[in-house]
Amino acid sequence: MIHWSVRSDRTSGVAAPPREAGGGRPPVLRGQGPTVAVVALGGALGASARYGAALAWPTGPDAFPWTTLLVNTLGCTVIGVFLVLVTEVWAPHPLLRPFFGTGVLGGFTTFSTATVEVQRLIDHGAPARGLAYLAATVLAALTSVWIAAGLTRRLLGRRVG
Amino acid sequence: MTWLLVIAGAAVGAPLRYLTDRAVQARHDSVFPWGTFTVNVSGCLVLGLLTGAAARGAASSDLQLLIGTGLCGALTTYSTFSYETLRLAQSGARFMAFANVAGSLLAGLGAAYAGTALAHAFWG
Repeated sequence: MIHWSVRSDRTSGVAAPPREAGGGRPPVLRGQGPTVAVVALGGALGASARYGAALAWPTGPDAFPWTTLLVNTLGCTVIGVFLVLVTEVWAPHPLLRPFFGTGVLGGFTTFSTATVEVQRLIDHGAPARGLAYLAATVLAALTSVWIAAGLTRRLLGRRVG
Repeated sequence: MTWLLVIAGAAVGAPLRYLTDRAVQARHDSVFPWGTFTVNVSGCLVLGLLTGAAARGAASSDLQLLIGTGLCGALTTYSTFSYETLRLAQSGARFMAFANVAGSLLAGLGAAYAGTALAHAFWG
């Protein structure tokens, strides 16, 4: 079992690990340079696409936040296809999953904006709309990832069989 | 310029999610996705604080793009959250799947309100 306690972080410093060897580096960080870099790049791309969508289809402070709902639903659909492909069908380059799954799709979809939009609708005197948006988001997210993963698995199963 | 702020925030937020998830998952044996839960709830707290600060004129629109759209947007994730929930449900851990959804939504909303309350305390 790997442990890196908060106490040892304070003494060794996570941000500035000892330079002479990798020995003092917490296991969570060791050897993670390339992965962290592709997650950062993917995250920047995904977040830019989300920002672009918000600029192209702005929704007012009291309006139903369709843009975020569609961004999150699209990201959940794509991750359902992608993760079935890379875990069950095809063994891609080890950096593809962190780049596209963790980075691009993780940066594209957002839990915090969706939640704060619910809060804003509730606080602006539209609690029913806020709760409808909360329910619509989680239902659309779960349904789309379920259908996308299931369809991918079924189509590939047919091709293989 | 606005794009650079979003990119800079996201280039920090996404790796922070990845490393937090690794750190949290390394500390327990449970199948519950505590890593994603942690980043999602933390991101809601920070975004609630930022939104509250912005409403009181204490956060510029640049800061909102950097920290809100960029950092919090990339720190938190709906795609991994829904995929992990699906995995729990399909592996027979239906109660865990339900607990992940209900717990994340409730804790996220609670954290957003806590952030706004903190902003109120800091900036009146």
